[in-house]
Amino acid sequence: MRIKPDREMIAPLVAIGLALLSIAIVFWIAGANPLVLYQKIFMGAFGSWFGLSRTLTKAIPLLLCGAGLAVVFKMGFWNIGAEGQLLMGVIGATWVALYLAPGAPFWIMIPLMFGVGFAAGAGLGIIPAVLKVKFRTNEVITSLMLVYIVRELVKYLVYGPWKGPQEWGFPYSSKFPLAAWLPTILRTRIHYPTLLLGLALAVFLYLLMKKTKFGYEIEVLGASPETARYAGIKSGRITVLAMVISGGLAGLAGVGEVAGIHHRLLEPLGISPGYGFTAIIVAWLGTLHPLFIILAAFLFGGLLVGGDAIQVSLGFPIGVIKIFNGVILFFFLARGFLSRYRLTKKDREG
Amino acid sequence: MSVVKMENITKRFSEVIANNEVNFELEKGEIHALLGENGAGKTTLMNILYGLYQADRGKIYIRGKETKISSPADAIKQGIGKVPQIPEPIPSLSVAENVALGLRWSKPFFPVGQVAKKIEQLSRRYGLKVNPQASVEQLSVGEQQKVEILKVLARDPEILILDEPTTTLVLPEIEELFSLLRRMTQEGRSVIFIAHKLEEVMTISHRVTILRNGKIVKTLETSKTNKEELIKMMVGEELKVESKTKPVKKKEKALEVRDVWAFGYKKLPAVKGVSFKISCGEVLGIAGVAGNGQRELVEIVRGLRKPIKGKVMIGGEDITNLSPRKILDKGVAYIPEDRRTGIVPSLSVLKNFILINYGQQPFSGWMFLNSKVIGKYARDLVSEYNIATPNLNTPVEFLSGGNRQILILARELSREARVIIAVHPTFGLDVRTTQRIREIFREQQEKGATILLVSEDLEEIVSLSNRIGVMFEGEIRGLEKDEKLTIEEVELLMTGEEVL
Repeated sequence: MRIKPDREMIAPLVAIGLALLSIAIVFWIAGANPLVLYQKIFMGAFGSWFGLSRTLTKAIPLLLCGAGLAVVFKMGFWNIGAEGQLLMGVIGATWVALYLAPGAPFWIMIPLMFGVGFAAGAGLGIIPAVLKVKFRTNEVITSLMLVYIVRELVKYLVYGPWKGPQEWGFPYSSKFPLAAWLPTILRTRIHYPTLLLGLALAVFLYLLMKKTKFGYEIEVLGASPETARYAGIKSGRITVLAMVISGGLAGLAGVGEVAGIHHRLLEPLGISPGYGFTAIIVAWLGTLHPLFIILAAFLFGGLLVGGDAIQVSLGFPIGVIKIFNGVILFFFLARGFLSRYRLTKKDREG
Repeated sequence: MSVVKMENITKRFSEVIANNEVNFELEKGEIHALLGENGAGKTTLMNILYGLYQADRGKIYIRGKETKISSPADAIKQGIGKVPQIPEPIPSLSVAENVALGLRWSKPFFPVGQVAKKIEQLSRRYGLKVNPQASVEQLSVGEQQKVEILKVLARDPEILILDEPTTTLVLPEIEELFSLLRRMTQEGRSVIFIAHKLEEVMTISHRVTILRNGKIVKTLETSKTNKEELIKMMVGEELKVESKTKPVKKKEKALEVRDVWAFGYKKLPAVKGVSFKISCGEVLGIAGVAGNGQRELVEIVRGLRKPIKGKVMIGGEDITNLSPRKILDKGVAYIPEDRRTGIVPSLSVLKNFILINYGQQPFSGWMFLNSKVIGKYARDLVSEYNIATPNLNTPVEFLSGGNRQILILARELSREARVIIAVHPTFGLDVRTTQRIREIFREQQEKGATILLVSEDLEEIVSLSNRIGVMFEGEIRGLEKDEKLTIEEVELLMTGEEVL
């Protein structure tokens, strides 16, 4: 007996189900009715146009970061630093809007912001890749450490050289010129250019992984580095290129946040509450498949919004949602662990 | 009474029977060598005794009492100690700290001083020179092996298992080890010595048990046998080989290796000045006991390892230090020793078929894979080579070992192969598949391919090769002779004796 490959598709659902179940027990012990709570979360996230629009807004950075992470995870490269790469995109967009081309019309401004944001995210992303290729450093550590460095860099900028002169001493940059504001769907914060970009890129990555030589090389490299060498695959080049994609997409997410929602540089946690980290779970729950990641991003966007809802209406701390994330990932990874064991018939002859 | 008695031990790994009804006895105070080729089942048997594997069937008696050993902890409790083949002490700790790990008799806190004293005591008793305060990362591999031995000795074992302990040692260290083993047996302890090298078996052991294909061939007193007899038992007693070799047609030199030197594991020299030439349509067989540098030599030719010195040429063109990709493009087909290198088990049959040529016309354009061409190519190979697979999208890990090997062969030979390097190509396969694979090699030879065949299977070597060389301690011998070596000569050369 063994688990068939197509059953792997339901593993994420099983993980979510088990997580809901085990957290329900925690709620119940804490004296809350888990059913009421889950209903609040669900209705808060998906039950109204307002909730839904906020869910979609939060799904955008999760989708972009998650789809990019899927590429490198497939390669067996553990980029934990999407959060830092996202913030590099934020810095890049701010630089374009306030310093490089503040007077540019929107049709130059917006592509330029996305272009520079992509480059900035990719530029940070290739650091752990190059370090791994050249010196075999552990990318988990280098990519994670870079997050903290970039967070401090953002703080330095908003408190220092980029602090807006008319902001009453708050750690804000000046507002972006209007040409740098991404359009949103009527009275919501859904900056749809980023959303469309994310959807298009997810489809693009799906084709890249499935139909191209590059996708094939990533798959072989992830499944067996030894065999990749034997097959003459240039692993160093592939690793760096994949991190350009992963870091670049996170950078695009950053551009969307700052140009679509805040319109100015803020303290790092004000811009991203950790989308780059949540995207790691999104990528896994989407089984590293760019199209499923669209769904997973939407779901986790909903979880963030639903978390706000129970915080407001029931006074639960936002930490509850973080527990959720952790428990879901835990069960999902346990699936990988369990499916590695197979039932075999024991030899009984003799 | 014997200290250890293993009765009818059978152990199976999916299709492969690693141990088949094995009976083994260890007497008190003896050094008992376990001899056999790679995959004969020596290590499996000892892993069962040490509790790393459970036997599917069979019984183990320790000091006459039936004992169930379900983990190394059980084994240690029974007074069994095992020294691994390759030392893996924790490099950041000192010798004493390494030895203190997992000791039962030492103080629970700060045991290092106490352990260091014990180490000095042991060093004096057995003549093993190690400084307990030394940091392990600064020790040589041989000294690290001594640390592993000390770890076991500190537990005061009654039965000591050594898995090819001399692999990483140099000559004076080997002598140090041997005198230690002799000292231990004088104290009434017993030693099992897994070995590859006949010389060592003859020097140190009292008795020797030979394993072949998972079965016991014989147990005999070392003093009543000789190397030639042992080799015969290792490789199969009566080799009735009719040489079906095709004659060499063309005489151009296709593959030439000139004075190649290389390091192997942990910078120990593995290949020492190897030279040979092979013509088009010729098979050169390289026999020899595994671990004599064959693997390193083959990896150099295939571009996966850099030589310290020397040249490799194909068709007169220098290919030394070219990238693996460029060497592939010269028409080199490679059937590796470790089949996990040749395939990606988790990927589909289809994807494994294009591993080498996915980047070339017509399988792909500048960016996209051509799924139509690839599909047809894979279907054709599956039917041509008759590979048993449910469909092309089945992950290769679900195919049988034989089918996997044929898949590799089919893929490697589907490209115009000028040079074929095959390492143990039929290892562990059934008779039918083995014959098919050999037939495929003969066809390729007919077509004018140059074949370098490395194998421990003498029957295979003799039946396929035009010329035979024997690799021993990094050198190739026997090639200077004009006509093909006989089995007797190959066997002698494998023991390290000179023939000519």
